[in-house]
Amino acid sequence: MRVALLILAVVVGSVIFNFTTPFHLGQIASNWGLIDVTIWITFVLCGLAFIILGILMAWWIYTYQYQPGQLAEYEPEDPVLEGRLTILTTIGVVVMLAPGLIAWNDYIAVPEDAIELEVFSEQWTWSFRLPGEDGIFGYAHNKNIDIIANPMGIRDDDPYAQDDLVIETNIVKVPVDKKIKVLLRSKDVLHDFWVPEIRAKMDSVPGMVTYFWFEPTRTGVFEILCAELCGSSHHAMRGEMHIVTREEYQLWLDDQITWAERKAGVVPLTPVQQLGQTVARDNGCFACHNTTGAAGTPGPTWKGMWGTEVELDDGSIVTRDEAYVRESITNPGAKLVKGFSNTMLQLSDDVTTEDIDALIEYLKTTTPAVE
Amino acid sequence: MATVEVPYQETVPLHHPKTWLGKYVFSQDHKVIAIQYGVTAMAVGLVALFLSELMRIQLAFPGAMPWFTADMYYQSITMHGMIMVIYLLTAFLLGAFGNFCIPLMCGARDMAFPFVNMLSYWVYLISVILLLLSYVVPGGPTGAGWTLYPPQTITAGTPGDDWGIAMMLISLAVFIAAFTMGGLNYITTILQARTRGMTLMRMPLTVWGIFIATFLGLIAFPALFVSAVMMLLDKFLGTSFFMPAIVSLGKSLDYSGGQPLLFQHLFWFFGHPEVYIVALPAFGVISDLISVHARKNIFGYRMMVWAIVAIGILSLVVWAHHMYVAGMHPYFGFFFATTTLIIAVPTALKVYNWLLTLWRANIRLTVPMLWALAFVLTFIVGGITGLFLGNVIIDIPLSDTYFVVAHFHMVMGVSPIFAIFGGIYHWYPKLSGRMLNDKIGLLHFYITFIGTYLIYFPMHYLGFIGTPRRYYETGVTEVTGFYPQSAHDLNVFITCVALFVGVSQLLFVYNLIVSLKKGKKAGDNPWGANSLEWRTPDTPPGHGNWGERLPTVHRWAYDFGVSHGDQDHIPQDVPKQKSN
Repeated sequence: MRVALLILAVVVGSVIFNFTTPFHLGQIASNWGLIDVTIWITFVLCGLAFIILGILMAWWIYTYQYQPGQLAEYEPEDPVLEGRLTILTTIGVVVMLAPGLIAWNDYIAVPEDAIELEVFSEQWTWSFRLPGEDGIFGYAHNKNIDIIANPMGIRDDDPYAQDDLVIETNIVKVPVDKKIKVLLRSKDVLHDFWVPEIRAKMDSVPGMVTYFWFEPTRTGVFEILCAELCGSSHHAMRGEMHIVTREEYQLWLDDQITWAERKAGVVPLTPVQQLGQTVARDNGCFACHNTTGAAGTPGPTWKGMWGTEVELDDGSIVTRDEAYVRESITNPGAKLVKGFSNTMLQLSDDVTTEDIDALIEYLKTTTPAVE
Repeated sequence: MATVEVPYQETVPLHHPKTWLGKYVFSQDHKVIAIQYGVTAMAVGLVALFLSELMRIQLAFPGAMPWFTADMYYQSITMHGMIMVIYLLTAFLLGAFGNFCIPLMCGARDMAFPFVNMLSYWVYLISVILLLLSYVVPGGPTGAGWTLYPPQTITAGTPGDDWGIAMMLISLAVFIAAFTMGGLNYITTILQARTRGMTLMRMPLTVWGIFIATFLGLIAFPALFVSAVMMLLDKFLGTSFFMPAIVSLGKSLDYSGGQPLLFQHLFWFFGHPEVYIVALPAFGVISDLISVHARKNIFGYRMMVWAIVAIGILSLVVWAHHMYVAGMHPYFGFFFATTTLIIAVPTALKVYNWLLTLWRANIRLTVPMLWALAFVLTFIVGGITGLFLGNVIIDIPLSDTYFVVAHFHMVMGVSPIFAIFGGIYHWYPKLSGRMLNDKIGLLHFYITFIGTYLIYFPMHYLGFIGTPRRYYETGVTEVTGFYPQSAHDLNVFITCVALFVGVSQLLFVYNLIVSLKKGKKAGDNPWGANSLEWRTPDTPPGHGNWGERLPTVHRWAYDFGVSHGDQDHIPQDVPKQKSN
């Protein structure tokens, strides 16, 4: 009795919640309306099935409660009824599956006139690459990666690579009403490029190039999320995708630098700076710090750090000059940047004073003069 | 009657233990082993429950536990998931229910290989201990998620990428050894040790569910085993099965040419059948519970058996529906979406048949029956949300969101747990000779059923707005507002319910312990059931289960709703001619 009413309440309550909740698919910002339609069809059919089955269950529990001396109807099976139910269910499944497969067929067939955008993912940030004027990406491979000089692993001598636009920040702009093929690469582990309003998503897998395509349909600023667990700061791996008008997009494009320009801008490291980089590498500094500006790492990024002011955890402001950096290396807990905890290890005794000097020289280079 | 005598079982010399240790600890009696499996699984399940509450607190009140770091959060999701799927659900449904039900329901004196059966439990216990020991190794347990996807599983940047993952993989390998010993036993016993007259098509559906689930396990677990071994090789011997050239946190690693997707295929070739390894025994238990307590034969028994078999076979060809956004060849989407939605047909038929069993029945709303009814409703919700995720194009926006979390908790978390609770309330009288307390049972049921629904039903909608799963904190986003304050408020609500439901499970533990001594005497057949376990000469059944002679089966287990003296049912061992 009680349980029959409870089941009825669950069904009715679920329906009411569905129609009153503000939590539904957000307003779509891409061409994938067919996905929303398929979800809607499935929602209606499944919702009806849920309501019908739930009400039948409540009704029968209520009606056929135990009465001593009463006998249940003995009916081992009813092949006709079971056959009809099979057919009905099969029809329902076909109605849901068919639009889904049609939409999938569109989803995997990239239009020829789509422009390409490479999304490069790493723990725990995004960067981007555009093919430039020739419309063809230069070859890239993780084996070519040098975390300073060539963070995306672009092959140096590839003629197609020279005009590629490299966008080393987690903010990307795309033009509205233009088909875009997104190519995904990963430097380290699995990630997944996802903007909820676009609907589409795809894992990036190291060693492979994966893809999907979409056409933005309204302008705005949208959050990029990583949708595949990628380690300690997975939740902090965010970015922004701005869908902008073509004019604005062109202005943004003009601001980006090509691979050739970036290479020319990179000042080769002096032997001392190189030694410093080796010290950083050998002592595992890059496990927590980086030179790419990635957020969410256990230690503050080094990019753009040198000479800037920062708030410490006690609220005071300090300039990150040589004295500060040296103290932070030799006595990690002395002054903590706000938002970080003191998990940094003491350098081993093998690290000499010369090594630390070299490391400081190297750290100076992580703040490019142009910025 | 054309039944063959079964001399083997009739005369088998049972190895009767002479010491306390041999009777209760290193016992070869399937019933004792079932209890050992059950208690161990529940104990480790409480650990998983505790971890889930920590995660819920973090999600609702970020910063309330400053010591609970992101690393600990990811370690918790990993351990919670693995414990629940493998060490609780698989171990309980097959290890506890399988051990208890198979010999009793088939009319056997014990498992086919009692010693191997005992070994199976002890090896399982070792795997549990190894798993829990990962909390004391340097770096703590792995935080790679229960799916253990490489490369991140074994690279810096993931907690427990060194010792933690080694402990996890070794523990899994040991578990698989334990499962194989148990599984071979279940299948051999079902095929070889059924008593006279117990044809396959007279077996209770519980046995059918366990039977097919065990087959699936024996096919699927080796895939997990090899992937565990290959990953250990990648980690410690520098092979590159799953590892391409990568630069991990600024450091180029020596791997090259491996394929992360290979692991995913192996994992899900295990992982999807695993869903049915858990679901099929639950289906069986629920079928029996509904039939017994509704006092009516299960509707469409043959259809139910063939549905179990069909689901079992189909479950082997749907695995890549977990990988629609993994970057595999897009044409796979067509194939796996189709097979996945086909599996919905036999599954839906099972639901229809459970409901049709209620029609014109004579329903006793006992505590086990309430769990069974709650299972059906929860499973309907979990099943239909599966139709969303199985359809490849719908999975694209919904995968890796809270919609998935809600779906799999409904269908393979809450539902099988309800089946376990139902089964325990149902069989506890046979196991202990005493009834569980009904008042506590009802309280426990209503809190858990309403509570879990309040937790998971709204969670689907968090998925619709795009809340990503496995996030230590979502943070109310100001950029686009896809995750508004109201969604966070919903998370707070869910956490409060989850804490309440979690604590309430102690009612169940209390009931189990107290009723052991203080429960009402059960008698041999308190529910008026037909299957053989209720026909033992003693309750609880002694070692060897039966008296001088094994029972002879004359009918199926579902003769309810027929008058037999002053009763409304005819047990399986009552000869045909004596009744109507």
